[in-house]
Formats: sequence, structure tokens, C-alpha cells
Amino acid sequence: MTDKTIKFEKRSASDESKAIEGVEQAKSSRLNVLKTYKIYIDGKFPRSESGRYYTLESAKGKAIANVSLCSRKDFRDAVTAARAAQLKWASATAYNRGQILYRIAEMLEARRTQFIEELVLQGSTSEAAQAEVETSIDRLVYFAGWSDKYQQIFSSVNPVASSHFNFSILEPTGVVGLLAPEENSLLGLISALAPIIVGGNSCVLLASGSKPLCSVSFAEVLNSSDVPAGVVNILTGYRKELLSHFSSHMDVNAVVYAGDSDDEFKTIQQNAVSNLKRIIRFSPKNWYSPECESPYRILDCQETKTTWHPIGN
Amino acid sequence: MKKKQKMQKKAEIKSALKINFSTDWKYDPAPESADHIKLEKKYDLFINGKFVAPKKGKYFETINPAKETKLAEVAEGTEEDIDTAVRAARSAYEKIWSKISARERGKYLFRIARIMQEKARELAVIESLDSGKPIRESKTVDIPLAAAHFFYNAGWADKLDYAFPGRKAHSIGVAGQIIPWNFPLLMAAWKIAPALAAGNTVVLKPAETTPLTALKLAEIFQQADLPPGVVNIVTGAGATGAALTRHPDIDKIAFTGSTDIGKLIMKSLVGTNKKYTLELGGKSANIIFEDAALDQAVEGIINGIFFNQGHVCCAGSRLYVQESIAKNLIRKLKDRMETLIVGDPLDKNTDIGAINSKAQLEKIQSYLTIGIEEGAQRFQPACDLPKSGYWCRPTLFTDVAQSHRIAQEEIFGPVLSVQTFRTVEEVIEKANNTPYGLAGGVWTDKGAKVFSITSQIRAGVLWANTYNKFDPTAPFGGYKESGMGREGGVHGLYPYVELAS
Repeated sequence: MTDKTIKFEKRSASDESKAIEGVEQAKSSRLNVLKTYKIYIDGKFPRSESGRYYTLESAKGKAIANVSLCSRKDFRDAVTAARAAQLKWASATAYNRGQILYRIAEMLEARRTQFIEELVLQGSTSEAAQAEVETSIDRLVYFAGWSDKYQQIFSSVNPVASSHFNFSILEPTGVVGLLAPEENSLLGLISALAPIIVGGNSCVLLASGSKPLCSVSFAEVLNSSDVPAGVVNILTGYRKELLSHFSSHMDVNAVVYAGDSDDEFKTIQQNAVSNLKRIIRFSPKNWYSPECESPYRILDCQETKTTWHPIGN
Repeated sequence: MKKKQKMQKKAEIKSALKINFSTDWKYDPAPESADHIKLEKKYDLFINGKFVAPKKGKYFETINPAKETKLAEVAEGTEEDIDTAVRAARSAYEKIWSKISARERGKYLFRIARIMQEKARELAVIESLDSGKPIRESKTVDIPLAAAHFFYNAGWADKLDYAFPGRKAHSIGVAGQIIPWNFPLLMAAWKIAPALAAGNTVVLKPAETTPLTALKLAEIFQQADLPPGVVNIVTGAGATGAALTRHPDIDKIAFTGSTDIGKLIMKSLVGTNKKYTLELGGKSANIIFEDAALDQAVEGIINGIFFNQGHVCCAGSRLYVQESIAKNLIRKLKDRMETLIVGDPLDKNTDIGAINSKAQLEKIQSYLTIGIEEGAQRFQPACDLPKSGYWCRPTLFTDVAQSHRIAQEEIFGPVLSVQTFRTVEEVIEKANNTPYGLAGGVWTDKGAKVFSITSQIRAGVLWANTYNKFDPTAPFGGYKESGMGREGGVHGLYPYVELAS
């Protein structure tokens, strides 16, 4: 042991049992503290302004949680927060954004058992839950790595036929609405969200309606990962109700749809015309597939800016 | 006409004015504490994940150039040690590193980057102790950038298909890497991070005067559980490096150092199939046009030549000033030099630290004499120097001719030679009149001129209205005799891959 190292030593069994003496009795009658699943807007955890809720039940019919049933007003508040946060997030260095995404992965790794439990509670097998959480962590690391690279892949210096230095770079589209998939409520959400925010956009997302627990817990991960308030806002509720608001709000620049209903997508297409929202359908058959890991997912929510600059004395 | 003459006279009077810097007021010492660091008395070679004694049992001292005191003893690796290290690297390459997924490779690099960040302060203090560089620089440039190189390259590990579209990138094998003493940990990161990201294993030879942070990096590799043999660090001097380049089982050599040694290495590789990259010397031109923002240019010139005591391969060591502003600019420059603090590298106020070694100090001093013998005018501020240690006052030479040795040869110290020019054609001609081609600077208010000038300078890195900026995403390297290949950015991966269809 050096002066810069502290070594943990295993406590003896007798010490250990002394320490928990008295706890035993309390344990038998101890009541669990239940978690309130709230939404996430502007870095805070409010309930829906509407006061409405819906109840999640386990397969055996036991109530698990009362989840906020978000309203149009909640959505509008979230967009306001997202808009306010976006420019600053976009102007953070690519390196900084990458570090923050990596930090999200670190925080998720630290809470992996919690997420596995929540997935199991919502019907996953423990093997599937473990795979989903681990893939989610690695996917965040994957997109963290893109932060300072996608620009190098997609930007260009254009050899124009005049005496100009001409270059095209990417800039984030702005505020992006994301409708997360119903299944793979954690992996699907992260796969769709990571490319949006790594590119400097802010996001308002609607969690899986039937499996929202991980999404709310993921907000807690974001909240402890140096992600600035407002960059990601997470709502829970009925997709049917909020779909039209996501797609018609005039201050939303793009909508990513990760559901699997053609009708819902058509509604988005129709509403998006009002302010020329970019529409991205991201509904892979399998959220583990390689198509979910691609810089083109980042490109989906980017604009190309070309600058002309004269060359001469 | 009269008005112009009047204005000219006014400018002349102004440029004759000199600020009086003599004052009773002095900076209090603000030393960074070295209590937090942990150094062993003796360091062995880092081979196959363990610290092992050198086969011949020889050690050499690494000293603190600011105090001429011993910091630690370090193993001197010989041909036998190099062979053991290369075997370890080969075995790690074949059995582990080329087998694990690219994603897991990347995750190791992310881990290393994070631990470097956690230990940043300790690394910075050791770097300043061992190399003599000001703590302000090691804390804000060397160490954070070194970690950033690992972070950046970590992300590439599983994305190489995008770096080389249309081709499949394969690793090469074992890379032998030799690094200099001016940015010890940063150079180690520049070399190791892309090599590992691309799937190669490494034998690294740090410079003999600055081996400590590379050995601390070895401890970080251990803490990160990097598989044994993936990186091996063999300390020693020139002979150790030569043994590394000669070793038949090395697939690629990466060298940063002087052009002379670079040529020797290139020669020694004749007849082999080893790939190589060389990042060598420079004599970079920093060009100031009359329309530049002068005060900013002065800061840029100071940073360009005095950053890291001028021990910078891309230092802006040749200053070209447009004649119309020369008098004024040189006055401003001398005034600014009067304010530079030379001294204790661990002091947070220090601008110029210790010269890295006695040999380097002697080399710089010989040029200080050569300059005068050749007829140039020498200026040095009257700053105090510590009693022990290796020190050199910031130095400026005027009345320099293009043919002077101080305008042609790399001094690698805080010595700036100044020439003037009248036209763009003239300054381009002069700037390019050197066998080197590493970097250059242009200072002008006109954007169009920036692009026109930078496109005519034959050098690998050009700074416009700034100088000495580095980033893991930006390729760095030279034209002509300043080397070949690039480090950093997408281009920095290329030397570490084999492309197949």
C-alpha cells in the first residue's frame, strides 16, 4: 500500500454480523419506498401539468406505477425548453459533446441492474434485459465517438472553378421531436436519441407508452451526466394524443418517428408540411442490427451550410 | 504629401518611445505543489504488462533541468530488451489485439483517456519536473491534449470503414515508435492512440531526458487492464532507438525528432518493407503584413517562438515583417519580451521554463554567438535567471540575412530571427527558401489574403492570425525535409492501416 492508495480489506464475518445486529428485526417489517415516475422538462422532474395519469400493471395485474399522462401543454413547455437550450448545446465543442455522451454511458453502466430490473418488470427475460442494457451502453459510446468525426466524414472542401475557398459543413437542424418505439423501450430510445443530440440538436421525446419505466429512469441518468437542462426532454403519455402536436408544432424542426404504424407516420407527413419539418422514419426490425449504428443517423438531423470566401491579395 | 510625411514622423517618434519596465513591484512566487505526485526511485522497462529489469542491468538518471537534480533512475534498454519487447508486442498482436472486436479495442482507449484525465494534475507536474516546461503549459496543453488524442482515436476503432471509404482497413502489426523530449506525454499519445485504434501493438522508445510520463502512462495501461504486450515501453538513448528501427519483426516505424536522425532512420530502412512516418525539424515562417492587428500579432509571435522554450518543431522561428510596420512591431515585440518571466517551471506565472538539457542549452548558446558573428543584432530582455539549472533568455535577432545560419538552421530554442519584406512575392520566396516545410503563420486583416498566402507556402500546417494551435482532429506533419505522413485527424490513421478491397 502506498500513500496514494487505499486498499479495501474484507471485513470478518463476525464484524459483519455485529454491524447488522438489530437491522434484522427492522428488515422483516420494512416497507419499500416506491418511486414516483415523473417526466423530464428543462432539467427538472415535474408531473404532467394536466394532473392526469395512467397506471401500469404487471402481468399479474399488480399496479407498478402511476405514470404522467402528458398533455399538449407539457409538450409545448418541453419545446420551449428545448429551443432555449439548443444553440448553446450546438456551440459546445464536438469534443465536449462526445465527453458528455460518454458520461451518459458511464452513468448507465453504473445503474445497469436497475435498468435490467425495470425491463424484467415490463416483461423482458433477464437475458434479454441484460443484452438490451449492455447494447444501450455500448451504443452511447459508439455515438460519443462520432461527435468529433461525423463532420470530417460529411463536410467537404469544394473545388469551385473560381478563386474562392468554398466549403460545406453540417449544422444541427434544431429542435427535434422523437417518438420512441414501443418495444425495446431503452435500446430503441437511446439508438434514436444519441444521433440526434450528438449532432447538436435538442430533443423532445415521447417514451414508449406501454413500457415507459426505463425512459423515466434514463432521464435520471441524463440529469447526472452533465447534459445541459433542456437538451433532452422526456414525456410520457399516449402517442395517439400527442402525435399531432409533435408533428404540427411550428417551432419543431424535425420529427423522428421510431414507431411501426404507417397510419401514424402518414399523419406526421401531413402535419409536417406546415413548416417543412424534416421527417425521419427510423423503424428498424431489429434494434440490435448494424443499421442502428451509422453516422447517417446523425446526418438525418443536420443541415448543410456552404460558405464562399475569396482568395487573393 | 505633407500630411503623409507628418504622419510618418509621428510614427517614428512613437516607435522610438520605450516603456520603462523597472519597478519595485514583483510577482510573488506561485509554485504548483509537487507533493501530490508519486515517483519511484527507479524505473524498469515496461514489457508485456510488467515492469522488468533491463537484461544488461544498466540504468541512467533523468534529471530536473531546472535544478540539475536527479528525479529517478531509468532502465537503459538494449538490443536484447528491444527483442523481448517486440516479441511481446507480436504475441499480443496475434493472440489478443487483432482478435478482439474493434469496439472493445476502442473501449480500452476510452478507459485510458479517462484515467489520464483523472491523473492530469500529477502528470502535468511530472512533465514539468522532467522536461522543464512551464506548468501552465503542461496543465493546459500537454496533458489535456494527450488525453484528448486517446479519446478521439478511441472513437475511430470501430469506425475505420468510414475513414477509408471503399476499402477495408486492416491493422499492420507491430509499430516501433520513437518520440522526442519536447512534448513527452503528448507525443506518446500522438503515436500510441492511433496505432492501437487501428489494431496494432506498440513498442515505444521515449526520449532519454524525459522518460517519466511515458512510464506513468504504463501504470495507467495497467490500471486500465490493457492486455499485456499491447504497449511496451523501452527507455534508453539513441542506441535503443536504433535497435528498435533495426528489429526485423517491426512492421512500421514512427519517428518524431530531428531531420538528421530522420534521414538516418530512412536510410536504415532501405531494402525492408517497413512502413514509416517521420515528423522532423522545421524553420517555420511567421509572416506579418502591414494590415495585421499588431498587438494580436505580437502575442502570436511571442507564442509562436517562446512557447515551450522554443522547443517546438513547428515554432515560428523566422519572423517576416512588412517593412512599413517593422520598426513599430519590433519595438512592441521587444517591450513584450521585457515582460516575460523566465524561471521555475512549476511556478504558475512562468512564461519560459528551463531548457530541456545541458546539451540543448549548449547548442542554443552556440547559435547566440553565431548570430552575432554573422553580423546580426541580438536583443535579450534583462530578466533574472535562476542560479542553478539550464536557462536561456528569450532572444531576438534583427539585421538577419536569409543566408545566415540563424535564419536557415533549426535552433530549437527561444531564438527568433527577424527579416523584413516589401511585397507578397518577396515574402513567399523567402518563406519557402528552406529545406524545411513544417508550418507557417500569416497575420493579416484580409481574409482573401490569408487563403492566397497559405496556398503558396510549402508547409504542412498553416496558422492564420493565430499560432501553435493543436487538436486531435487536425492532421499535423510536414512537407519537404520536415517529414512525411500526418499525425492526427483521419489522415493520422492512414499510416497505421493496410487497405484491401
